[in-house]
Amino acid sequence: MAEIVIDNVRHAYAGDLRDRAGLAIKGIDHHWRDGGAYALLGPSGCGKSTLLNIISGLVQPSAGRILFDDRDVTDVPTEARNIAQVFQFPVLYDTMSVFDNLAFPLRNRGVDRQRIQQRVERVAEMLDLQPVLRKKAAGLSAADKQKISLGRGLAREDVAAILFDEPLTVIDPHIKYDLRRKLKLVHQATRRTLIYVTHDQSEAMTFADTVVVMAAGEVVQTGTPRELYARPAHTFVGRFIGSPGINLIPCALNGAMAEFSGGCLPVSGRLVQAAPRGQALEIGVRPRGIRPARRGEQGMRAAIRAVEQRGAFSLIKLQLGDNPLVMELPDGEPAPSESFDLVFDPDMTLLYAGQRLQGAINA
Amino acid sequence: MSLELRDISYLHGGHEWLSEVSLTLEAGNLYVLLGETDAGKTTLLRLLSGLERPDRGRIIEHGRDITALPVTRREVAFVYQQFVNYPSFTVYDNIAAPLRRKGLSATETERKVRAIAGLLHIDHLLGRLPPSLSGGQQQRVAIARGLVKEAGLVLLDEPLVNLDYQLRQELRDELRGILRHEEQIVVYATTEPDEALQLGGTTIVMDQGRVLQTGPAIEVHRRPASTRVARIFSEPPMNLAKARIEEDKIILDGAAAPLPDHMQDRLNGACVVGIFPHRISLDARQGGLLFQGTLALSEMDGAHTFLHMEIDGNEWVAQRAGAHPMTPGARLQACLDPRDLYLFKPDGTLVSNPVYAYGTGG
Repeated sequence: MAEIVIDNVRHAYAGDLRDRAGLAIKGIDHHWRDGGAYALLGPSGCGKSTLLNIISGLVQPSAGRILFDDRDVTDVPTEARNIAQVFQFPVLYDTMSVFDNLAFPLRNRGVDRQRIQQRVERVAEMLDLQPVLRKKAAGLSAADKQKISLGRGLAREDVAAILFDEPLTVIDPHIKYDLRRKLKLVHQATRRTLIYVTHDQSEAMTFADTVVVMAAGEVVQTGTPRELYARPAHTFVGRFIGSPGINLIPCALNGAMAEFSGGCLPVSGRLVQAAPRGQALEIGVRPRGIRPARRGEQGMRAAIRAVEQRGAFSLIKLQLGDNPLVMELPDGEPAPSESFDLVFDPDMTLLYAGQRLQGAINA
Repeated sequence: MSLELRDISYLHGGHEWLSEVSLTLEAGNLYVLLGETDAGKTTLLRLLSGLERPDRGRIIEHGRDITALPVTRREVAFVYQQFVNYPSFTVYDNIAAPLRRKGLSATETERKVRAIAGLLHIDHLLGRLPPSLSGGQQQRVAIARGLVKEAGLVLLDEPLVNLDYQLRQELRDELRGILRHEEQIVVYATTEPDEALQLGGTTIVMDQGRVLQTGPAIEVHRRPASTRVARIFSEPPMNLAKARIEEDKIILDGAAAPLPDHMQDRLNGACVVGIFPHRISLDARQGGLLFQGTLALSEMDGAHTFLHMEIDGNEWVAQRAGAHPMTPGARLQACLDPRDLYLFKPDGTLVSNPVYAYGTGG
């Protein structure tokens, strides 16, 4: 097990670091805590798989260093890094039994027979693979095969980290839940460092204690699932996380008020002081942070464009001045009529400058 | 245009893939076939297109029997899961292909190509080649080619399944508006309940080759005819449990509560009750059925958290707004308001809906 440090890593597939816009990794510093469960989340082409391959050694970065427990492994090949990997498609020895697949990495390392027996049985028990231990891998379901890929990493005691690249892609939706849960329990039981690459926010938020969000070759936020939801550090994260994402409203500060088309809101003195000058300002509020004003409560007048029933909640498409907004109402709360007064929950109303979070407007 | 399926059955390899399916499809409507893998959705689409012929039953178009009419002689467009484009044609030529085949003039072709490309936000890509586009853009091109020829029947087989989460959300939202054309019947197959709700239109719930229920999406979702429909049309699935009604009480796993109004005089003895995850409260409430359990997993989708709990050997799922990570094994309680329970017969047939199911939006 190891702590993994990414030290000022940049990467260009073409090898030219001067063209910053063309870099697959634009400059990342990151510290992966020993024993953490991490997700690396971002849209296709954001560089997340490149970063994973840099950690495993499949890709050598154009600049920067990779440290495993203070040891520089930048030039160390994959097979000498003690990394286990689970890919999108299971990679197994089809003609071998499940037992032999799990034992393979141990035999390769010359571990003695008795120890192999112990390790394999322990892993099989953890992953519910005992019933198929003597079967050939070829005939198994995709879910079992992915468990074996994971099991091979768990069987080894010398593994620095287990890396996953979209491991549930080929798994039937009904079985995904079982594997997600298994992964969580395995992490709890083993405290291995796990790094999980995905484009799917629910996969990332469910799996990880810490989610690293990437966009265009950069890390835009590292945080807990709750932080990504409640305090997205960058407007990109606000839009990317959530279904639908955060509402963004261009605004301007006038004294202690944020003014925008359709209304204005008071902003705390601290935030007014701290907001950088000369950068575009925006108010960000999640659909759940908007609600109809109560009787006697002062609100901003908005018009309803559409109501979508989603069962557990409804999404109300609104127009506030020039701003199209989405409001989420819990099931059972009646949708307001054509036009109505709305309020933003101040704890969920955030101020952004140059796309960076400044804080909640009441903070 | 209207299409009528009369008692359609389809057999292949000794298996009945469709059994006695009867449906009427009218122009101007969007129909969403919802069911698990192998429910018969793709088979039904292939029969509608003329790619396959039913073993029993008839397909009637405007009173004319077209059961045996081959696909080449039908006005139909088909959009598949995998993006199918001509790689060496530009996006423009890809979309224009079906119009040119029909012999449309160059001006008319251009007008239509630009209009549909605009609707699908690919008008800036018309000069590009498909391999240089992202997956989402390529599928937009395939959808545009399907829609451009304005066929009377447009069939889409899980067209968004291979796209990223956010893209899927975005495209569903757009398709909701685009797939409603006065002169077209649109049939869209999906395995995802959320997709059916987001697209709206008429949902046709399928299971094992049969149609279980048909109606406006939100109505079918809120008033499922059986436990099977309830499970197919909710994600995570509706919680179901065996219960008993005794005199004026509902008894569930040892907890009892007075019988709510909608269950009065309906059933006695064994029954099944159901509750949607978002209706389960984690705080004890007056008059509720209260259970103690442990957390198995908290799943988050970015806006909501699904708490899977184990209660006396049963699994229950509760839903909360926002992100609420919790450690597996944590102790929790779940409180069910009897007024929120769906009541089913032991065989799964619906007996009565909670009153709220008749509230806003169906």
